[in-house]
Amino acid sequence: MSATDAGNMPAMTYREAMREALREALAADDRVFIMGEDVADYGGPYAVTKGLHEEFGRDRVRNTPLSEAGFVGAGIGAALGGLRPIVEIMTVNFSLLALDQLVNTAATLHHMSGGQFNVPLVVRITTGAGRQLAAQHSHSLEGWFAHVPGLKVIAPATPEDARWMLPTALADPNPVIIFEHSVLYNESGPVGPATGPIDITKAAIRRAGTELTIVASAGMVPKALAAAEQVAKAGVSAEVIDLRSLRPLDVSTLTQSVQRTNRALVLDEGWRTGGLNAEVAATLAESCFWSLDAPIVRLAGSEVPIPYAKHLEDAAIPQVDDIVAAAINLVRPEQ
Amino acid sequence: MNSESPDAPTEQQVQHRLLADMIRIRVFEERCAELYGETKIRGFLHLYIGEEAVAAGVMRCLGDTDSVLATYREHGHALMRGVSAESIMCEMFGKSSGCSGGRGGSMHLFDKDCNFFGGNAIVAAHLPLAVGLGLANQTLDRSDAVVVCFFGEGAMAEGEFHEALNLAALWKVPVLFCCENNLYAMGTSLESSESQTDLALKAASYAIPAWSVDGMDVLEVHRATTKAVAAIRAGGGPMFIEFQTYRFRPHSMFDPDLYRDDAEIEQWKQRDPITTLEAQLLGDQLITKEVVEEMWQAARAETEAAVEAADAAPIEPVDTLLRHVTLDNEVGS
Ligand SMILES: Cc1ncc(C[n+]2csc(CCOP(=O)(O)OP(=O)(O)O)c2C)c(N)n1
Ligand SMILES: [Mg+2]
Repeated sequence: MSATDAGNMPAMTYREAMREALREALAADDRVFIMGEDVADYGGPYAVTKGLHEEFGRDRVRNTPLSEAGFVGAGIGAALGGLRPIVEIMTVNFSLLALDQLVNTAATLHHMSGGQFNVPLVVRITTGAGRQLAAQHSHSLEGWFAHVPGLKVIAPATPEDARWMLPTALADPNPVIIFEHSVLYNESGPVGPATGPIDITKAAIRRAGTELTIVASAGMVPKALAAAEQVAKAGVSAEVIDLRSLRPLDVSTLTQSVQRTNRALVLDEGWRTGGLNAEVAATLAESCFWSLDAPIVRLAGSEVPIPYAKHLEDAAIPQVDDIVAAAINLVRPEQ
Repeated sequence: MNSESPDAPTEQQVQHRLLADMIRIRVFEERCAELYGETKIRGFLHLYIGEEAVAAGVMRCLGDTDSVLATYREHGHALMRGVSAESIMCEMFGKSSGCSGGRGGSMHLFDKDCNFFGGNAIVAAHLPLAVGLGLANQTLDRSDAVVVCFFGEGAMAEGEFHEALNLAALWKVPVLFCCENNLYAMGTSLESSESQTDLALKAASYAIPAWSVDGMDVLEVHRATTKAVAAIRAGGGPMFIEFQTYRFRPHSMFDPDLYRDDAEIEQWKQRDPITTLEAQLLGDQLITKEVVEEMWQAARAETEAAVEAADAAPIEPVDTLLRHVTLDNEVGS
């Protein structure tokens, strides 16, 4: 999407864009239904599904009791039975109660059955810190899911992607997990009309640059863009890549970028140890070693459960200033 | 099976079929135990010997559009559901022609043509799947199709059991929950794993009709299941049956069986579902010794043919290793 087109497009919040995508999916295909905790009367814990039950009825916007393993498993069964469920899990921390279903069943059935069965299931999960919700509602565990063969994991970071990644995820014959960073819901941005099915496995270059590549995903993307804007003023040209797909990783877009810029700064709101950032950095080290002018730098979540107090929470995850400092230090270490 | 249709089998025919069914499972599995000794079958092997009446009795009540989910102790269920002895044996030999392409083994038998959804080895994790399959039947106007989910009594201590029964009752899905209570979960006895050992009572607390049946009596299993399946087809919502049964063999081939007395095992063997039905039918002159013998021979022939085929079958080439991870990643396909 070029900046000039964006001017003519209607702006929408990420939340509205996702709701629009859900509404369209429900209207287009009777097999599609939404289920999760408080998706109906309450309007969805983050108000994404608000009003949809009135439009489509309670069977298609189906409230579930507090049974994460139960309703994710039921989603898998419904998918096996010919429906196209979209299951919502309030927060990634709660998804751990359904980890068994996602990792042991959704991800394995196709393989274990020798290719006979497949699970066309979409699971939407809210992730991330930034709302002072402390250590049981704020983590970024996307990397855990991205570890698992048999799953696809995506993280729309813009309203445009919130609007258009869902239809492709729904059409996918495999289980697809969509991570929605909670601080993005109120972000506004241009959303263009449908331009045919979009590829959800490709990363996007959100800003072109020549001296370093900043790799970001989900809630890190707006921060990376803000930082790139600031370092530009200091004369540093940063390219920003939005991963979009966490599994599979778009290794070729990443590699081509770093081979041009010769430096990489990998961001991750999740923890550093064993995190997705480590996977990206190792991949780049393998594919770009001879093009690198400096060691790859990672900026990731501090090794601590996310604290409640605002200043501590801010300190626990990479902020724009941290990214600016790391980028400048990487490109102009002498300054 | 519709008792009203003109070509419905007679009661005696049903009895004969059930006996032959149980014999098929028994012979097949006794051979599996030998093949394990010969190292042709590896990994975990969980035998169903002693419990055959449950799979045989239940499965004869089902039709093609019904769906079945089972545990890792599922050779009998797969056979009864129509998965061929040959494809099951090939699977256990790890061959390409196995019903799961050699990816599953004994614990993960699958067959789409038979609506046989595994072969699930995470205790209780397939119960929510059954609810979802039931929901799909309900939504897609297949509400006369029943989903039958088998699990052991050990599964009733898992959270997923409770979540699944609650969801099933709230949504009134057409699912028959079949608990195979063989009194042990590996080496843990029913009394030490359940605070409430009346399992039907426990299930009934979810407002699901639930009752208990002698799982060593295949005719009783068949009668009870016929009723339950008819009620579910008529829109009665989920139901639960506890089949009281017993496994004669250890939990798996690795189990030294230290946790129960030989006397207890011997006592249950007196109630062997196959010899019991044989004796009953012979006594009532509803079958002849010759017919019984033919059943055993037919089962042996079927099993031996399966073993020969599995022995001769090619293995899956290693360059197909990454097949069947995601549907669009069919390397080599
Ligand atoms: C979630 C989970 N926990 C533990 C195990 C290991 N395990 C396999 S079978 C089994 C016993 C299950 O007993 P039960 O449900 O009564 O079935 P049975 O084996 O008696 O048929 C256990 C503990 C497992 N497979 N899955
Ligand atoms: Mg048991």
